[in-house]
Amino acid sequence: MADLSVSINGIGFRNPVMTASGTFGYGEEYTDFIDIGRLGGFVTKAISVKPRKGNPYPRMAETPYGMLNAIGLQNKGLDYFIHNIYPRIKDFDTRIIANVAESTTEGYVEVARALNALDRVDALELNISCPNVKEGGLAFGTSCPMSAAVTRAVKEVYDKPLWVKLSPNVTDIVDIARGVEDAGADGLCVINTLGGMGIPAGTRRPVLSTITGGLSGPANKPVALGMVWQVYQAVDIPIIGIGGIRNGTDAVEFMLAGASAVQVGTMNFIDPTIALQVAEGIDAYCDQHGFARASELTGALILD
Amino acid sequence: MKKRVTDLRVVSNARINEKHFLLGIAAEGCGEIVPGQFVEVLVRGSQDVFLRRPFSVCDTDPEAGIFYLLIKEVGPGSRLLGGLRPGETVNVMYPLGHGYTLPPSGPVLMIGGGYGIAPMRLLGRRLKAHGITADTLIGGRSASDILLADAFTDFGQVFMATEDGSLGHQGLLTTHPAIQVNGNPYTRFYACGPMGMLKAVSEIASTVKVDCEVSLENTMACGFGVCLSCITGTTTGNRCVCTDGPVFNSTELLWQTSV
Repeated sequence: MADLSVSINGIGFRNPVMTASGTFGYGEEYTDFIDIGRLGGFVTKAISVKPRKGNPYPRMAETPYGMLNAIGLQNKGLDYFIHNIYPRIKDFDTRIIANVAESTTEGYVEVARALNALDRVDALELNISCPNVKEGGLAFGTSCPMSAAVTRAVKEVYDKPLWVKLSPNVTDIVDIARGVEDAGADGLCVINTLGGMGIPAGTRRPVLSTITGGLSGPANKPVALGMVWQVYQAVDIPIIGIGGIRNGTDAVEFMLAGASAVQVGTMNFIDPTIALQVAEGIDAYCDQHGFARASELTGALILD
Repeated sequence: MKKRVTDLRVVSNARINEKHFLLGIAAEGCGEIVPGQFVEVLVRGSQDVFLRRPFSVCDTDPEAGIFYLLIKEVGPGSRLLGGLRPGETVNVMYPLGHGYTLPPSGPVLMIGGGYGIAPMRLLGRRLKAHGITADTLIGGRSASDILLADAFTDFGQVFMATEDGSLGHQGLLTTHPAIQVNGNPYTRFYACGPMGMLKAVSEIASTVKVDCEVSLENTMACGFGVCLSCITGTTTGNRCVCTDGPVFNSTELLWQTSV
């Protein structure tokens, strides 16, 4: 048994495995299947100031080793989260990271300011990388000045760790990573979904109502791993690796490339117990390869 | 009953015809499954199948601890499941969604279009246990689409309709005399099948003032309310077919995929 605990921005996590925003609801949906308290933490579904009803159907399509989605940040808004959801989840014995998605700097600031008052929200994840809504933050996430500006503005009103979730749909993710680090981000979540499209040739119509959407799942893993490695070379703040993780060795690969922790996303849909299996797999890897602590895996890539 | 995800043993795989088969799976707690609830099955062995496949529970045998899925081979996932043999294991998430409710009194009419007949077998069994007579109306394009007709004779009368007239009444099932307005004796319609059929049935129900519950089918990634893919438009906004349904009272539905 290795010591799986990791510390990110001074917050202790039971293990390096969290679940990714949009794939884990607010945790409650999983309590039939797993003990939430065995997770390192979970990231909530996106929270915006006002309720968002999301995009029209169809919003999802299966792809080889992955899926396209265009849910469109459907959520019941900030007030509903604070008054209805938070009281139900605040006693979960794990770290809670709130994902914030908005269309204006003022919107991000308003949500962050309100969540700052909630004791059990341990960190914020700023979603500036949703490809599925016209103003879902991607305008911020693909521009260095804008991503830095929104990070700086939220940092002013939010006292706890602020993580920024980066889009892979950019010319150079390293530029954005450096920019938000300089603006005060405490951590980087790498990566959000890859822009994509599906066309069933028989229908000659796009498979998603929004025409294009975001690709997630194991198909993305090598792309995500490469971006974690690139970003790790360029920044000093912790990285949370995300992209198609299915098992312990996938997670270990992200840590070797520089991630301090990981988020399991799409695979939660297929196996709601997968995040716990990933944590067990990291433990087994550490035992087999002589790591006393999982935290020693971070950046332990061997370059001969 | 708590949802669970686990490896289960296939106990039987019976061909019904060229395209359909009935898969028997040994499972704990199958006596608690509500008619209309569904399961999500993991398909192994195909590069084309990533997500689980949802199937409504067709029948249960609580004493033997077995539930049955009626599956139509439509793509690589269902074809692989068609090749499962007794003794093999299959990973299943169950039970999912909200099923049909029992009526205060009968008789009722169960209406299945094609393999939409699947949940009616378990429903008929439950209704019979509550002393409620359930007639069955089965429709399809042709005789080969009329499935399990013999399985419903225990519950009440069985009516059939085929579009080509190869079995029973010729025409869509919604034109069958059993569902038509005059002298309709039913307290409730229970329907499952294609969206167009469900809408037509619900319009008849509204005309004849019969309560109507329909089970929807939709594209979903998870089956338990987190992916938010499987929305349908309702009088209270977009709702998930997997957790708010798959069974809805027909008056809740706007018959559009989203609002």
